[in-house]
Parts: sequence; C-alpha cells; structure tokens
Amino acid sequence: MRTGVITQKLGMTRLFLEDGRHVPVTVLKLDKCQVVATRTPEKDGYTAVQLGSGFVKAKSVTKPERGHFAKAEVEPKRKVAEFRVDMANMLEVGDEILASHFLPGQKVDVTGITIGRGFTGAMKRWNFRGLEASHGVSISHRSLGGTGGRQDPGRTFKNKKMHGHYGVERVTTQNVEIAKVDVERGLIMVRGAVPGSKGGWVMIRDSVKRPPKDVPLPGSIKKPEKAAQAEGAGQ
Amino acid sequence: MNLIQILEREQMDTVRGGRKLPPFRPGDTLKVNVKVVDVSFDEKTKQSKTRERLQAFEGVCIGRQGAGLNESFTVRKISYGEGVERVFPVHSPLVDSVDVVRRGKVRRAKLYYLRGLRGKAARIAERQRSTEDVAAVAAS
Repeated sequence: MRTGVITQKLGMTRLFLEDGRHVPVTVLKLDKCQVVATRTPEKDGYTAVQLGSGFVKAKSVTKPERGHFAKAEVEPKRKVAEFRVDMANMLEVGDEILASHFLPGQKVDVTGITIGRGFTGAMKRWNFRGLEASHGVSISHRSLGGTGGRQDPGRTFKNKKMHGHYGVERVTTQNVEIAKVDVERGLIMVRGAVPGSKGGWVMIRDSVKRPPKDVPLPGSIKKPEKAAQAEGAGQ
Repeated sequence: MNLIQILEREQMDTVRGGRKLPPFRPGDTLKVNVKVVDVSFDEKTKQSKTRERLQAFEGVCIGRQGAGLNESFTVRKISYGEGVERVFPVHSPLVDSVDVVRRGKVRRAKLYYLRGLRGKAARIAERQRSTEDVAAVAAS
C-alpha cells in the first residue's frame, strides 16, 4: 500500500475531449505536499507517513509544532495528516509528492469534510418524503411523520432517523476516476464531485476496491534540495 | 484570475485551433457545421474504418445560455414537419464552425414562443445593419 496525498479543492469545471465528449471535473491542488514525519514499527508499532500541505506563517504556528516542522526541515504546513503505508513503500522525511503520483484513468478514493448544513429537517437529511400537500394535512407538510410504535414497544427506537445537525462530517467517495494530471502546476482533476467546499482539504488514496496497476512505487516524489545536492556530491 | 478561470481560459483559447465563432444572437439563422464520425465495417480487411465529415444543422438560434466555457446555444429547425432543437456548447470541439445565414430582428433573449408557432407565424424579420453590429464586427 503506497501513500495518498493531501490536496486542496479549488472548484469544478469541465474538460472537452477531442472526440466531443465533455467530462465534469473537480480540480484539486497539491500545495507542496511533503513528508513531515514517519512512523516505524520499532518506534511506533506501525508504519505510516505523516504528510503536510499548504502554507502557514511561522508566527501562527505553536512552538511545539514549529519544533516538529524544524526537525523535518520543512516549512510549516497548514494541514497535516497520516497515511498508512507498508514498509516497501516507505518515504523519507522531506520528500515532496508530485501530481504524477496518480495516473489518468486510475480509480481513487477521495475523503473530505462535507459542507455544513446546520440543523435540517428529516426530508433534507434522510431524504424522507414528508407528508401530503393536501388531503387534510395542515402545517406539517415537511415533517417526518411517525417515529415509533404504540403501546408496544412504547418508545422510539435508538438511532431513529430524525431532524438534527447535518454536514461537516468526514465522507469518503470510492472509485473516483482521475481525469487529468498537471505536474507543473500540481493539479489533479478527478471526474465528478468531491465532498467538501472550495478551499477544503481533500485526501486522495489509491482505490481499495479497484487497485491501480503500473503506478509509480513508492510514489512520484521529488527529493528535498539539500538531499539532492548531497547525492550529487556523492556521485 | 483564479486557477479555475485560467484553466477555462486555456481551453477556450485552444479549442478549434483558436478560431472563434462569429458573433451571433438569438433570432439569427445559423448553419452549424458539426463534426460527425462515420464508422463503417470493411468486409475485405475485417476492420472498421472511421471517417470524419461535416454535417450542417441549419436553423434559428432561439437562445444562448451560460457564460465562458459553459456557454451553449440552442438551434431550432423544422425537419420533415417536425420541430427539432439541438443544443451546442460554444466551446465543443465537435462544432467546427458556424455561419450566420441571416440576422433576425427580435425583442427577447429566449425565443421559446417559436415552439408554439408554425409557418408564416414563425417568421422573423431581418435585422438591418446597425451601429451595434458594426462595432461587434470591428471588435472581433
């Protein structure tokens, strides 16, 4: 299992293909997505990479966090997340992941935080049909209807779908197709919609149900400049 | 400009090799040249051949919708006594070119009222060249 990436959702557009078809796409931006730390079996008991993405001013980062980023010799990151990887696909601290990590046509799973909708009724939240528009229904056209039995069971069951807070939850959409990749600008375009608002953070991983073939292992990465220089000197 | 706008601008500039459609508005009679791919099966070589040709769709433009990359226009014509409408995205690579056959004088942006009319009633008066048109031609 290789690592995923942290991206920022920029918005949606469409791509016109040469044969006349057009594809609705969500544009996701890789903003200096670097490895900040690694988790090893010896130290942590599991293997993973911690990635960071986005820009944040050093003064608005707490001192312990600043120390964490300083240890990795990377710029402070706005968003940090862990991705489980196996030992063979381990990355080194400081490696930057490029958009060519994913291939056009492959399937991925995307995770985001959905748009908040506040306190909503059962119709919007659970797709209930509401009550009739007429036939004697008064005032309660959008209500949820009954919620339980009569004397037996004498209560409403737990987890009954009702009105309440909706949105701002972590949602993963599986088997989303990569439509196009722009390495220079660090853009990944996926077919269709992706959970979350514009500017929200979106995690992309290889599809679990349809694992891709011929993808770069352990990933399409760029070494940090210092390490690259050291290697050049060594040769 | 944000990145989405830049991406859309790039697509708009590259489609049809940068050629733009002539200015037209609702009420104009257009000839839309659409790319059509014919697939025929060759018995001798046992292979299917593809051939690309242009097919003209001529009718009245009854509206333009959307903006930028997402703009499209609707063309209506009467085909064998039956009204036919087709919607073309302005920036689709399948729309090879558009010829403005006749300019129409209309007073609204969406000519949906034409759907209920036939024959003489569905005629549109020709628009004479106005200063506005001259400016549009000069700008393009």
